[in-house]
Order: sequence, then structure tokens, then C-alpha cells
Amino acid sequence: MAEQIAVEVTRFSPERDKTPSIQSFDVPLRKEWVVLDALNYIKDKVDGSLSFRWSCRMGVCGSCGMMVNGEPKLTCATFLTDYAPGPVRIEPLKNFPVMRDLIVEINDFLGKLSKVKPWIIRQKEKPVTEGEYLQTPEQLDTYKQFSMCINCLLCYAACPVYGLDPMFSGPAALALAQRYNMDSRDEGKEERMDILSQHDGIWGCTFVGECTQVCPKHVDPAGAIQQYKLTATQEWFKSFIMPKGAK
Amino acid sequence: MLDISSHDVLLIGGGGAGLRAAIAVAETNPNLSVAVISKVYPMRSHTVSAEGGAAGVIGKNDSLDEHCYDTISGGDWLPDQDAVEAFVKEAPLELMRLEHWGCPWNREPDGHIAVRPFGGMKKERTWFAADKTGFHMLHTLFQTSLKYDAVARYDEYYATKLLMDDGQVQGAVAVELSSGKVQAITAKAVIICTGGCGRVFPFTTNAAIKTGDGMALTYRAGAPLKDMEFIQYHPTGLPFTGILITEAARAEGGYMLNKDGYRYLQDYNLGTPQPTPVLRSMELGPRDRLSQAFVKEFERGRTVEGPYGAVVHLDLRHLGEKKIEAKLPFVRELCLKYENLDPVRELIPVRPVVHYVMGGIHTDLNGATPLQGLFAAGEAACVSINGANRLGSNSLTECLVFGARAGRAAAEFASVQRPPGRHLLAQAAEEEERLQDRFLNKSGGRERIATLREEMQKTMEQSAGIYRSGESLQHAAGKLRELQERFEDIGLDDHSRAFNTELVAALELASMLDVAESVIQCALQRQESRGAHQRTDFPARDDQKYLAHSLVSRQADGSPVVSYAPVTITRWPPAERVYGK
Repeated sequence: MAEQIAVEVTRFSPERDKTPSIQSFDVPLRKEWVVLDALNYIKDKVDGSLSFRWSCRMGVCGSCGMMVNGEPKLTCATFLTDYAPGPVRIEPLKNFPVMRDLIVEINDFLGKLSKVKPWIIRQKEKPVTEGEYLQTPEQLDTYKQFSMCINCLLCYAACPVYGLDPMFSGPAALALAQRYNMDSRDEGKEERMDILSQHDGIWGCTFVGECTQVCPKHVDPAGAIQQYKLTATQEWFKSFIMPKGAK
Repeated sequence: MLDISSHDVLLIGGGGAGLRAAIAVAETNPNLSVAVISKVYPMRSHTVSAEGGAAGVIGKNDSLDEHCYDTISGGDWLPDQDAVEAFVKEAPLELMRLEHWGCPWNREPDGHIAVRPFGGMKKERTWFAADKTGFHMLHTLFQTSLKYDAVARYDEYYATKLLMDDGQVQGAVAVELSSGKVQAITAKAVIICTGGCGRVFPFTTNAAIKTGDGMALTYRAGAPLKDMEFIQYHPTGLPFTGILITEAARAEGGYMLNKDGYRYLQDYNLGTPQPTPVLRSMELGPRDRLSQAFVKEFERGRTVEGPYGAVVHLDLRHLGEKKIEAKLPFVRELCLKYENLDPVRELIPVRPVVHYVMGGIHTDLNGATPLQGLFAAGEAACVSINGANRLGSNSLTECLVFGARAGRAAAEFASVQRPPGRHLLAQAAEEEERLQDRFLNKSGGRERIATLREEMQKTMEQSAGIYRSGESLQHAAGKLRELQERFEDIGLDDHSRAFNTELVAALELASMLDVAESVIQCALQRQESRGAHQRTDFPARDDQKYLAHSLVSRQADGSPVVSYAPVTITRWPPAERVYGK
């Protein structure tokens, strides 16, 4: 018999349960297995009703974020052996409503993402037949890091501000807003600034930096938010010293 | 219980092709209402995993004809040449459109788009965003799609059946996963962009969601699938996980080495080794030939025995840390994470892995299928530009070019159609009943999903791998029929409605079994070797009999039957495929 590890998972069925509970399963401890492999072992061999999201299992689709021993992790990129001898506890991402077992409701994030207008805004679009908007590698580097966000939402699960104030736009949406603000092809910065200042976006962040620490793609949302605050403050001062409309 | 909603155009699938199509519909006719059904949130779609790049002629020393020739010869003369010509011509414009939408393409120092070499391509024409091209394309498309109010999304809905009225497709039945509610979504036109079916095999780069759902929906609705025998093995997957190491690793100068550290591809008519990459030569040969060379190398005892079977080595060490970080950061990230090795200093163990299906839903150049009102694009479709072997970096572009074409065609079609009637509700109610009787309310089923799935995958690997024989395919055809029968006795552990992922797994298995049968039947009937379809009992290409597309249809008893359709030849008469010269 191969070595085993106890995997404790959250169970919750909205049709049956009032509150979530924990169920423990013994799973083979294999050195090449990630936490997601353990969940699939349970689903395939033991209990087909265990529900969780996953897809690419190479750390890029962003589906399989869960709390592993209290920390937000991509379960396809977190090895089981790191938690030996166990038990290891798998729970749904913190700060989101739980829909079923390990699945959380993320529509709040999608709404916030749309709100920051994460697309190129231009006064005048040139026809594609006229070729590309030039952008040097240095200009690309200014926003590239923020464009690496896979929307896995580990940062929301780690964010103490989002935990307390669900109105907060949150780390990923703000990083993506900044991704477009910093893009040399974009002209929508002021439009986004207006939206964000209205929705008390960035001022909620106290720069605790948990989002940056848990980000599996090194996006540094905390850095993006700091950049954003700085620009917003400058704009705010400008509005006093410059005539209205002459931003 | 049953909900109904109506749109003008319905997309099934929200990856690269689906989102491009949705935007095309919205731009063609802003008055149309567009809906996108996806079984995952669109940014989770498998386009996200594509790494190397997207092909489109842009260099001054390149030409459309050369891209055509590379694609047609790469596809072993099975691509339709009119489709290839249209594809190649529109490719640069579509890639440029993505640039305008914000895709972070790599740049030259002067700010122009940078291109890299790729396998089977005679010129450098592959646009790239480091080695996360698919990820950036998908997120650019998804984020851009958010600005179109006309696009409604049905995230995490699983389509189970196409709604039909008098031979015309008028929508789909889908399960809302969060609640388990069954919904009828009617539309004047439907576009299927559900991607490939790599999960019918056990060892694949494909994400868990690549289960051929859209192919199966179409096949059951009575339209044929085309060229399903052509399954692409990518030569460089990581053992055990099957994670893809992009062809860009070789395009940037990586070597393929056997157990003696020898660049073995020189023994397989692929050219002579040079220190730096030579286009259409050696490591930059086409994927089918490289994967076949691996098998031969194994038979000669020159591969390395690893814990998960034979491997060869991909050597990037001579590229240096700076180049690897700049051009192949994801390769390094994946190797460090999943193999615990650093390609800057160590060899990467790799083996061929199922990556792509050249075949798919039979469409014309505008994505139209033989069923009125039904369109398809992307990997789910077969136009065909890929023929018997797709060239790396053509598929991302294909999603854009044919996604846009299908979107425009569907928009025009929908603009002149009358709205579907409410009588379709009866079909939806029937489908809801089927799901309840067959799965949710059924007790006592003795077969387990995972067991059948594993048996199917093993059958496919053993019979429809890199080399096939009539005997093994015949055996597989019988085995798949058996699995279809056993599927009738499937039993679920989960009978609840909210987020029943086991129900989805059962429906996906049903899709895969249908698709697997179509693959085996096409492979069995094609008694020749062409591109990715290599028959040990018919080792030569036979243009007399098989310069033709396989069209596989489902018969009344559920079994597949194959017929043939001619290949369109415009300017490139069939010839020998030559690499390394």
C-alpha cells in the first residue's frame, strides 16, 4: 500500500445543507501529484459528487483557486507532498459566497472588471490596413506585468479590505485598469479615473500587500494600486490649480 | 421549471473563435442580439493555454504565396487551397486588429511587430506575446468583448442539444450549472466554437474541458464531421502531466537530442544540423514528422527510459538565461514548477503528446455547415486549412479569421430570418426529461464515468496513436461500441441540481464516445498514410484514392459511416513534402 495523506475538503450543498462541513478522504501521496490530482482522485474513485472547478492544470486558466491550509493557491500548481504528512485542508476561496463544495460565486469580480473598462479606449481608431500602433519594448514593459493577470482571484481571497468592504473594486480589477492606463496605445485613463474615484475604488486599499504576495503570476496588484493613487492625487491637485475642463 | 430566452445569434463556446465571432456579429449588425454560452467563464477557455504564436505574413521578405505553400505542403496536400488562400490573406489583418484591441505583441526595438520562426514555415511570420500568446489573445478578446452591450453571456452553461425545426438549427438547450435549471435558448443562427477533443486520449496537452462537445452536438443533429482521423501529436510534451513545451523553444534555437546527445532528426530526412535554427529543417520540421521520428528512435533503442515511459531531450542550455527569460519565460516557469528543473542549466525530458485535431465540423469558407442556420469555427470546425497536419501558429490565427467569417455570415443569415417559434419549447422539455431520466433521477446504474473514460482513452492511444493499423483500428471500433452500450448503464453519485459537475462529466463522456467513434471509423477507412495519419499496413500516400476529405455521419443506430468529398486544388498540385533542403 502506497503512502496516504488525509485530504479534508469542504462539503456544501445548497439543496441539503444550512452550513458547510468538512469531510476527510485518504488519498495516495504521490510525489508528482498536485492538490488538484488528489481532488480528481476523490471524484473519480471515491465520491463523484465532490464539486470543484478546474481546466488547464498548467497554471494559466485560473479556474482552480482554493484555500489550501488557509492560503489561497492554484491547486494545479501546489504539490501534495508539500503538505505531508497531512492532513491538508482544502476550502473554497475566502471572501466569496460558496455555491457548492469548493465552488464560489465570482460574478461580483466580473462586474467590477467591466466597470473599469478593460479595453483600449481611443478618441479616433485608425483602420487596420494602416498597420500597428508603434510601441517600443520599453513601452510594452511598463504595463506587461499587469497584463499577466489570469483572473484566478487568489488576490481577492487574500485581500483584507475586500473581506470587509465588498464595494472595493479589488486588486485584479485595479491592476487591469492600470494595465490599460499604462498602455501607450490607450487614451482612456481619465475616463477610468472618473469611474474609480466614484466607486471609492482605490482609497479603500491600505497597502497591506497580501494580494501581491499570493499572486501566482507576479502581477503586483498592490504596486498597481499605489501607482494609481499617486496619479489620482496629482489629478485632484490639478483640478484646483487648472481651469475646469483643461485637464 | 423550463426557462426560454431568445437571441438572434447564439455562440456555443467562448474561446478565441467564439469571442471573435461574437464581436463580428455585433459589428456586422449592431441591432442583433448575440449570446455566448460557455461551460466555463470565457477567459478559462483553452485558447488560454496556447503558447508559441499566431501566423500572419508581415515581413518584407515574405509573401502570401509562401504562407500558402507552407500550409498546403505541411498539410500533405489535404487542405482546401481556396480556404488556405482566404486564410493567409486575412491573417495579417486579423492579427493587426488584435493589436489595435490591445494585445501585447512582442515588438522590434523601433516599435513594430516582432515575428519569430516556427515549425514548417519557410519565413518568419509568427506573431507572439512571449510564450503566452493564447493567454494574451484570449484575455484581449474577452476584455474587448465587454464593451459590446449587444453581447449577452451565459457563463457556466452546458449545451446538451441543438434545437431543430424542419432541418434548420434554431438554438440550443443548455443546463445552467449553478442551479441545474434547463433552459431553451432560441436563435436564428447558431455558431459552434467549442474547440477540440484531445481528452479522448489519455496523454494530451488539452485542458479538461476539451471533450468535443460541439462536434458531438453537430454530429447528433445530422451534420457530418470531416477528416477526424487526423490527430496531431506535438513532439514536445512533459512526461506525466502532458504539459506543452512550445515549438517556440525550438524556433528560438533548441535542439532535440536522443540518449546519446545526438540530434537524431538528421536521420529522418529533415536536413543536416546547424548550430542555429534553419527554417523548414531539423527541429523546425513539421510536427507529424517529428513525432514519427520519436517512435522510430524509440524502436532503435535510442530514447531515454524515464519513470513515465520513453523520452528524448530538448536542450535549451546554449540559448542562455537572458534569451530564455525574454522569449520563453513560461517554458522556464513550467519546467521549474512541474519537473523541478531549470532549462537554463538542464535538459528537458519530452515526448509526443496529443495536441490538436485537424478534423472537425464540416464547414465551407464562411463557417456554414450543411445544416441551415448552423455555423462553426476554430478547432471545432474543419474548413479545411490544416489538412492532414496543422502547422504550429496557424490555429490561433484560424480562430480569428474563421471566427470573424462565421460571425459575419451568421449575422447576415440571422438578419433575414424570422424568429423561431415557441414550439421549440417542446423539444427542450423532452431534453430536460431525458437528462432527468438518464442521469439525475436514475438509480442503480452500475458503470462509473471514470472507468469508461479510462478504457476509451486507452483504446484510443493503443489504436489511433502516431502509427495505426487496420487490425488495431478494427479492434477499437468494437471496443467503442461496447463502451457506448455500457454507457447506457452509467450511474451517478450526485443527484443534486446545483453545480452537478458529475452530470457534466457524464455528458462530456457521451460527447467523447461519439467523437472517438468518428475518429476510429475515419482512420479505419483511410487506407493510406498522409500527414498525421500513418498506417503501418498502408505506408504510402495514395492520391488516386484518398486525395479526399473523409466525411463521417451518424447512422440511425448511432454507428458512424464514412464518405468522401474532393479536395479543392487551386495553384499547388500535389507533390512530395520536402524538408531540410
